Amino acid sequence: MNGLVRLKLWLYIRAMNALVIENLHKSFAGIPAVKGIDFTINQGEIFGLLGPNGAGKSTTINMIAGVVRPGSGRISAFGYDNQRDYRHTRRMLGVVHQEIVIDNFFTVDQALQLHAGYYGVKDDPAWRQLLIERLGLQNHLDKVMLKLSGGLKRRFMIAKALIHRPQLLILDEPTAGVDVELRHGLWEFAREINRQGTTILLTTHYLEEAEEMCDRIAIMNHGELIALEETQKLIRRLSNRRLSLWLEQPLLEVPVGLERFLPRLKEDGSLLQLNLPAGEGAGHILVQLAESGLKIRDIETEQSGLEEVFIHLTGMKGVDGGNQSRP
Amino acid sequence: MVATSQDHKYYPWLPFVTLLRKEILRFWRVSTQTLLTPIVTASLYLFVFGATLGERLNVLEGFSYAQFVIPGLIIMGVINNTFANTSSSLFMSRYLGGIVDLLVTPVSPPQFIMAYTLAAMLRGLAVGTVVWLISTLFAVLPWESPLLAILMAVLASFLFAQFGLIAAIYAHNFDTLSMYSNFLILPLVYLGGVFYPISILPDPWGTLSYLNPLFYLIDGFRHAIIGVGDTSYLLAFGVSSAIAASLFAWAAWLIGKGYRLRA
Repeated sequence: MNGLVRLKLWLYIRAMNALVIENLHKSFAGIPAVKGIDFTINQGEIFGLLGPNGAGKSTTINMIAGVVRPGSGRISAFGYDNQRDYRHTRRMLGVVHQEIVIDNFFTVDQALQLHAGYYGVKDDPAWRQLLIERLGLQNHLDKVMLKLSGGLKRRFMIAKALIHRPQLLILDEPTAGVDVELRHGLWEFAREINRQGTTILLTTHYLEEAEEMCDRIAIMNHGELIALEETQKLIRRLSNRRLSLWLEQPLLEVPVGLERFLPRLKEDGSLLQLNLPAGEGAGHILVQLAESGLKIRDIETEQSGLEEVFIHLTGMKGVDGGNQSRP
Repeated sequence: MVATSQDHKYYPWLPFVTLLRKEILRFWRVSTQTLLTPIVTASLYLFVFGATLGERLNVLEGFSYAQFVIPGLIIMGVINNTFANTSSSLFMSRYLGGIVDLLVTPVSPPQFIMAYTLAAMLRGLAVGTVVWLISTLFAVLPWESPLLAILMAVLASFLFAQFGLIAAIYAHNFDTLSMYSNFLILPLVYLGGVFYPISILPDPWGTLSYLNPLFYLIDGFRHAIIGVGDTSYLLAFGVSSAIAASLFAWAAWLIGKGYRLRA
């Protein structure tokens, strides 16, 4: 293969990716916030970037969006460099910021029209109308942002981020402070957009939702990427399972030899619960118990979720003030 | 629902035109504050100096005081309003965070500067025009070189639009921002010969006034209207153009770099 063909192939492969982050660094006043991270987002996927507060997620998102300049490293979107070809990359990105941006000069409808223009796209009334309807903004078109409720502000920000039909939608904590019903609605909408071909990069503190929504998950901590894997693989690889054994005869004390599985007796001794470390099967335990004469009536296993993986990886003690968990 | 942008044409000038439109709409929406208030203020000056005090004052041989002071009041309106427009618009959007909405779009730094500048110039020149129209009730101006006068007004508005952008970027809060207008622009305008020809000042005040950059804008503009000035056109236009070019370069550098706009 000659050099030119290889270069073309390389460019083609790069263009296939919605986003490529290479060795990205950023410091603020000498304090590193992002310490050399690499990841790639494939076209069409929903990618979750998770991490505790101060992990560097928003800094990373802001560097991708162009609000923060990268310290070093490269970001390319759909094969274009986000510094050199910023006019191109920014048109392909739609960003929903974490902080609610207030502009009181324009009504919802006017702001949506203006926003399309900033992206060099002529207002498309049919598309605008569709966004307005799907995000439930139709009764609020003549209001300025200050008059909107918190949930409406979020929905308006999502409509604004989609008005120029971006190929990659970045959602930075879109459901923070939003009630359950609206959260479900927003995620359903995100899935719909994704099914139509829009790649989605999201950050959220609601791990259950990330588990449900994301094809792949990256976890950041202290400015570094500490995990990057398909969501289910990550959970299977890193989370424990709980094995519940319902016994024919209640036990007074835990059988010996099970200490490393942290055994607990419940239901007056008729339920024995064990923690199975990631990757360990239950078969040999069942054999061992049967050999010791224990009669088992029923078995349940329960996989713990992303939350446990998250706590395990980030070394957080429990769930910090409910911040990293469901509300 | 289809969400791709490939089938949608990109118009490279549209981001600029949209931002310009937004900036014009912004001051138009609050026109009581941005257009009416400065016009009322200028009208009061006109009444005080044109109709009441003016009859007892004579600072320049061959001209009534109203004829002398009106060009200064017009240019003062232009200066104050262009500065107010860029400085408050950009500072507000930095302060309230709305600037990120713009920073994520393909609006380029030159488009950014020109949109803010042209909208501010429009407001400043609109106020100046209305002040002139009202002034016709008090005095008739000779309009010696109308083109030069217009050119000087345009130059003044461009210069202060740049200064407004710079001030908005450096200001930490509303107090710092108002300090620029209260402690810098206001004294320089008042001491720059709006109300008197600096030639009547005793030294060293007369000589010191030549160091006031606003003197050249005010004097050049008045010179073009009444045909008499404290300095030559060449110096007035030369100094004003040099300052405008320097401030433009400074503003362009700050915005190009994203100083205090992008972290």
